[in-house]
Amino acid sequence: MGKFKKKTKTSENIPTSALPDIIFMLLFFFMVTTVLREQDILVEQRLPQATQLQKLENKTLISYLFIGKPRNPALYGTEPRVQANDVLINTKDIVLWVNQEKDMLSEVERDQITISLKADREVKMGAISDVQFELREADARKLLYASTTKVVN
Amino acid sequence: MAKSKNRMVQEVNAGSMADIAFLLLIFFLVTTTIASNKGIQNLLPPKQDPNVPPPEINLNERNIFNILVNANDQLLVEGEYVENTDMLAEDIKDFLLNFGAPDEEAVALFNGLPQSLKARANRDPKSSDHPMSGGAVVSIKTNRGTSYEKYLEVLDQVKKAYFEIYAERVGLTAEQYRALTGKNPAEKELMDRGKEGIPLAISIAEPDKIGGS
Repeated sequence: MGKFKKKTKTSENIPTSALPDIIFMLLFFFMVTTVLREQDILVEQRLPQATQLQKLENKTLISYLFIGKPRNPALYGTEPRVQANDVLINTKDIVLWVNQEKDMLSEVERDQITISLKADREVKMGAISDVQFELREADARKLLYASTTKVVN
Repeated sequence: MAKSKNRMVQEVNAGSMADIAFLLLIFFLVTTTIASNKGIQNLLPPKQDPNVPPPEINLNERNIFNILVNANDQLLVEGEYVENTDMLAEDIKDFLLNFGAPDEEAVALFNGLPQSLKARANRDPKSSDHPMSGGAVVSIKTNRGTSYEKYLEVLDQVKKAYFEIYAERVGLTAEQYRALTGKNPAEKELMDRGKEGIPLAISIAEPDKIGGS
């Protein structure tokens, strides 16, 4: 019995001083790995699903084009629109936009620019093909159809 | 006086520090989305000069695998109506590896293929001659009214057929092959060995304007 009594004397505090360190480590991990969305998406974005996805490694070479129905139909109408950076642009302005994006890259990387086409699944091919035509004109031929992984049953 | 101070336990209460850090952690968890750069890669053809007519390409009908998608998202594969894309990848693999009329180089390519791929060669004179350049081409033609989702579904299946052939040649699964980045020489060598002699020949035609938007 005496043995049990002795045990109660030891302090029952779990040292929690290392807990903040652990939480901070997690915090830093999330801060480093995530990218804050720097632009508002003005168009609907429900990406299509596909199975044969490939990952792009070099993020600096990627520029994003968003295509879809505007989220605010009262302002922008219901027809699918193209968004580059923060604004909706007309299809014929894509060449200009591509050249601006190219200017931001170093000279050797300029021809490796990749356009990630984030198009809503309900967009018709007519709109996509117009965009592709402009991209050909702008000589930005590397294209990535952004999509999410389809779960195969 | 100073001595008495030293006797006290000099510990800052750090218990609430974890709470503060948790709060920050939850903030970052909620506000950020992990940007994924995943998708299907495609290389557009070079820009056309309006003064120069598009080059005439003479290909036999048997060397083209035709996929048509109309404005109602219905599929016409090699002139036949199909319900869905489930069998598309297998059909394309059979078409690519048909070896109907191989020339000398194509015979050498055929002999280098693993047994499982050789078994696909039906030698059908009505299907493709060989999968090398100048041979089999997969053509996708859409309508302006076709939905992007359907188009991507078809392109996905075509890519699947190619990736499965490439992967089988180097003894990987298609997933492993797709994950190769070509960053180190060993990976690059694998990628090149998979592709060698069988170029990715997908022709995406300009959508026609009948019907749809």
